[in-house]
Amino acid sequence: MTQSGQATMTETAPLLDGTPGVIADWSSDQRAFKKTPWGKAMMWIFLLSDTFIFSCFLISYGTVRMSTTIPWPNASEVFALTMFGNHVPLLLIAIMTFVLITSSGTMALAVNFGYRKDRMTCFWLLLATALLGATFVGMQAYEWTKLIVEEGVRPWGNPMGAPQFGAIFFMVTGFHGTHVSFGVLFLFIMAVKVIRGKMDRGEPGFMTGRPQDYGMVEVMGLYWHFVDLVWVFIFAVFYLW
Amino acid sequence: MSTSTTEGQQHPLGIYFQIWILLFVLSGFSYAVDYLQFQGYLRWFLIVVFMMLKAGLIVAVFMHMIWERMALVYAIIVPPLLLLVFVGIGTLEGDYTFLTREIFFGGAE
Repeated sequence: MTQSGQATMTETAPLLDGTPGVIADWSSDQRAFKKTPWGKAMMWIFLLSDTFIFSCFLISYGTVRMSTTIPWPNASEVFALTMFGNHVPLLLIAIMTFVLITSSGTMALAVNFGYRKDRMTCFWLLLATALLGATFVGMQAYEWTKLIVEEGVRPWGNPMGAPQFGAIFFMVTGFHGTHVSFGVLFLFIMAVKVIRGKMDRGEPGFMTGRPQDYGMVEVMGLYWHFVDLVWVFIFAVFYLW
Repeated sequence: MSTSTTEGQQHPLGIYFQIWILLFVLSGFSYAVDYLQFQGYLRWFLIVVFMMLKAGLIVAVFMHMIWERMALVYAIIVPPLLLLVFVGIGTLEGDYTFLTREIFFGGAE
């Protein structure tokens, strides 16, 4: 079955040479992910590699935290806020978590309304997702400023305890914040594409030249949900542990 | 359930709202673990349970994994299991470094 399939392919399709040949050869294999658009499969594989990058960070954090002989700063206290005279532990981080989950919800709905060809609702939901993401980045900027200016946390030391705390904190949340920032940028781009009706008309994409459809919103959604997913792990192991 | 067509993933809105609420509740629980100052193994256990539940819900429903074909699901979910080995290696290394520091620096540095 497979062999006859390959035989007919090599017989019917003329082989290309040079660079086009490289691309043609690599893309001529049997399709593994049936009914899955290539863009979605590629996004999943990118996210898999990103999973390993973030895992390396978090596992390094675990190793560093286990190996230090100086007590680790108490995240519950470091990230506490004083609201209306009350000392609330971890308040800002909790709000950031809820903002990101809310944005994940609006993103999921945007994907759904996209497939229903409801252009306007899809656009407003994408815009809401982007604005919530921007809010998250803004709160992170505030958190960093507070930590650097008021608490005196530096990548090489801090007044609260183990000097590695700063290095790990800026590395992990910085990398995650970068992901969120790029996500916000692409959400805005996607929202503009949707409102202009490019998906409805199937116009060729700016970069790929392929007809665009609402599957692109789903692929965007995968990336955005992944950013939320990473935050779930950072929130648990860095802030709560 | 695996009825993904070329039209893409289309599901009733209700499930998204249910998962959304569930994620809010679980995040609230996670925060409560810190707010109520649970300590020790209980804290450790609760944090990991809520973390895994939230991650599972996001991947399964928001990222549509339960509706994808098995080939894609395995290709994405199985490789990260290797990370557990990595976690084990990291733990050994962390313990070892801690011990040597205790011995050679006497906890002073």
